[in-house]
Amino acid sequence: MRKLALSDEILLSVEKPARYIGGEINSVMKDDKSKYDIAIRFAMCFPDVYEIGMSHLGIQILYDMFNRREDVWCERVYSPWIDLDKIMREKKIPLFALESQEPIRDFDFIGLTLQYEMCYTNVLQILDLAQIPLFSADRKEGDPIVIGGGPCAYNPEPLAPFFDLFYIGEGETVYDALFDLYILCKNKKDSRKEFLHQAAKIPGIYVPSLYEVAYHEDGTILSFHPTEPDIPCTVEKQVVMDMSSAPYPEKPIVPYIQVTQDRVVLEIQRGCIRGCRFCQAGMIYRPLRERSLECLKEHAARMLKATGQEEISLSSLSSSDYSELKGLVTYLIDEFGSQNVNISLPSLRIDAFSLDVMSRVQDVRKSSLTFAPEAGSQRMRDVINKGLTEEIILDGAREAFHGGWNKVKLYFMLGLPMETEEDRQDIAHLADKIAREYYGIPKEERNGKCQITVSTSFFVPKPFTPFQWASMHPMEDYLGFAKTVNHEVKEMLNHKSIRYNWHQADVTLLEGVFARGDRRIADVILDAYQNGALYDAWTEFWNYDRWLAAFKHTGINMDFYTLRERNEDEIFPWDFIEVGVTKRFLLDEWHRAKEAVVTPNCRQKCSGCGAFCYKGGVCVESKN
Amino acid sequence: MKVRIRFSKKGSMKFIGHLDVMRYFQKLIRRADIDVAYTEGIHPHMIMSFASPLGIGLTSDAEYMDIELRSSISSAEAIRRLNQTGTDEMMVTGFVQIPEGKANKAMTLVTAADYELGFRAGHIPDFNWEDGLSDFFQQTDLLVMKKTKHSEKEVNIRPLIYDWSASSGALYLKLAAGSTENLKPGLIMDTYLRQRNMEPEPFSYAINRREIYADIGENGQRNLISLYDLGTEIV
Repeated sequence: MRKLALSDEILLSVEKPARYIGGEINSVMKDDKSKYDIAIRFAMCFPDVYEIGMSHLGIQILYDMFNRREDVWCERVYSPWIDLDKIMREKKIPLFALESQEPIRDFDFIGLTLQYEMCYTNVLQILDLAQIPLFSADRKEGDPIVIGGGPCAYNPEPLAPFFDLFYIGEGETVYDALFDLYILCKNKKDSRKEFLHQAAKIPGIYVPSLYEVAYHEDGTILSFHPTEPDIPCTVEKQVVMDMSSAPYPEKPIVPYIQVTQDRVVLEIQRGCIRGCRFCQAGMIYRPLRERSLECLKEHAARMLKATGQEEISLSSLSSSDYSELKGLVTYLIDEFGSQNVNISLPSLRIDAFSLDVMSRVQDVRKSSLTFAPEAGSQRMRDVINKGLTEEIILDGAREAFHGGWNKVKLYFMLGLPMETEEDRQDIAHLADKIAREYYGIPKEERNGKCQITVSTSFFVPKPFTPFQWASMHPMEDYLGFAKTVNHEVKEMLNHKSIRYNWHQADVTLLEGVFARGDRRIADVILDAYQNGALYDAWTEFWNYDRWLAAFKHTGINMDFYTLRERNEDEIFPWDFIEVGVTKRFLLDEWHRAKEAVVTPNCRQKCSGCGAFCYKGGVCVESKN
Repeated sequence: MKVRIRFSKKGSMKFIGHLDVMRYFQKLIRRADIDVAYTEGIHPHMIMSFASPLGIGLTSDAEYMDIELRSSISSAEAIRRLNQTGTDEMMVTGFVQIPEGKANKAMTLVTAADYELGFRAGHIPDFNWEDGLSDFFQQTDLLVMKKTKHSEKEVNIRPLIYDWSASSGALYLKLAAGSTENLKPGLIMDTYLRQRNMEPEPFSYAINRREIYADIGENGQRNLISLYDLGTEIV
């Protein structure tokens, strides 16, 4: 019988107790001391609830990779839900890992993946419930090393004081070096400080305590440099260059309860050729690197066999750009379709091929098609470099309607740089034109009314994008933008076939502060957390007033971070990170955006972004 | 061919709800490569039905589900494969062929179940609770308020208790179960404690289901037989 950290009474009084019991199929147990000589206990945390965290591919990859090492036992931790959080605080129960059910304060490492800004208070919750000091500076010998990673680690500064180190880039490359160094230091009985000092010399590892920042009087950064001469001035992002030989989980964990992504995930490629100017993933994961068809076929078969999952999903930023997509999809349908395995294909461009594939794997009448034009007018799509024309969208919609679909989802962003009132109204116009395509089909061939769902989200400028210099808007403006769209939709001929959804604006502003914030923001996060902020990504717990109060308490001016177009020579908090793509290229792109000039994608023409320094992927494709 | 699977549910598996157990078995059967039948249509699903859902918090020695096979496999081989790729807190303990026809579905057949009820550590009553049981069960009427979605009504649960015994800190019960009449074991202990002016504490019982029965008796004579015994081993 498995021992559990929580009593039956506690487990029976909280929602979904299965979140906390571990023991899932394919989870890794290494508690048998006669079989394993464990040198490193690693707690891999996703700072959100189990169902969200369990759906994340990156953790699955690292979990598998770490546990392939005989001397490492990597276990999982997710944020306890609000109900259990309260009980753990009251009863002073230390946060535990799912596999061993043992307190993570006794582990060697606590690794936190930072997937979105609104999880930052949950990061503090994990440390707090684990009963270890929140600040790196307060941690003693014997406390775990707290390490952060994931996309938000590309600007780690708002969380800098809480972390001992950050891993910048893709996890497959230097963890072994870090673990080996840790074991070496442990055997030599080196101090924590000495280990961090040595770790800072591993490429991709950033130790915030070894860098100091000075500010101008206006609040912008004057200088950012290492405190000691042997510490590197810049940190290089880590990239895997041979995707086909990179480790990939053979036996993903099968959760007992239904999680958000309840299927096998096959990452077909990393990176994107498109260069959309708002998109951080499209820049930081450059260059595009594909996995070979052979390798993907093997992974798919192995994972389906080991999990018994009934669905497989392809994962990438833009699946249509995968050069062997046709071969892969045909293989999956032929091989697994007869075994009742569903195949899901997100992020596909809508064209004849994808419509054919989709009609073979899903019920056309029930499913909806998704387009992400991101902006309503062609001028605006050129500003953001979304290589999608109205003609392509309407052609795709027409073909889909002829194929029997009648539900379409459209995604847009509002509050983009250079956006005008007309651009916003054009969102409604585009939706109407799509509806007209539908009603242009003879009535007897139609399948009732069409349903067009328009959703907008508010744009947040992110580091390492051409829009990192852009200003955001005051809250009232955002609400006004949505109102414009809403009003215009109602004016449309086909308004009865169009539904419009928009998001709240206050979260956007805070996300904007965290995305481009500096070290001073840590105080705001701490203040809000201590006053009850948690699960900020969840509408039901989101409380904007608590954050406004935190800015007030700490004397930090939110507008400095949001309502300011940055000067071209400003030093950004994240400038010390080298991502391959140069600041020079991003600035050129910012200028081109202002002139609404499109930049060709990587396969059309190399624009010299800087990612060629990795000498691989799409950068060398045509040169082979 | 139709097949009945018997499995136990122990330890931390008591926190897994009925729908999740169903999903667990769908995946388990695929991993074990059992040639199971699916429904027709664009979204086929495994043909699978459970005898009686077990509440969260309860353990069991004998849960049942029926599935349909496209090709035969021996009981021993099926059990071996299922347990090889499953959790050891939910073990398959039986795999038998059952007769065709709706009337033979486990869900339709359930009429009674055996339970073992004890107290969780820290919740054992501070009196010799086993002593009063004889008197308690001698009552011909045990009236309790039963809440439904719309109303509350008083019902006599005594006729739904088919048998009882107690030994070494546990109460053993044979109770009506299924879709017509169903009695939860906790309600009996609640009633017993309330008759002694004690309010039952939440989560204080540890309940284990031990067996599920069909009634093959005739002319109103009860003759209970376990769902497992209605099947035959596949060799």
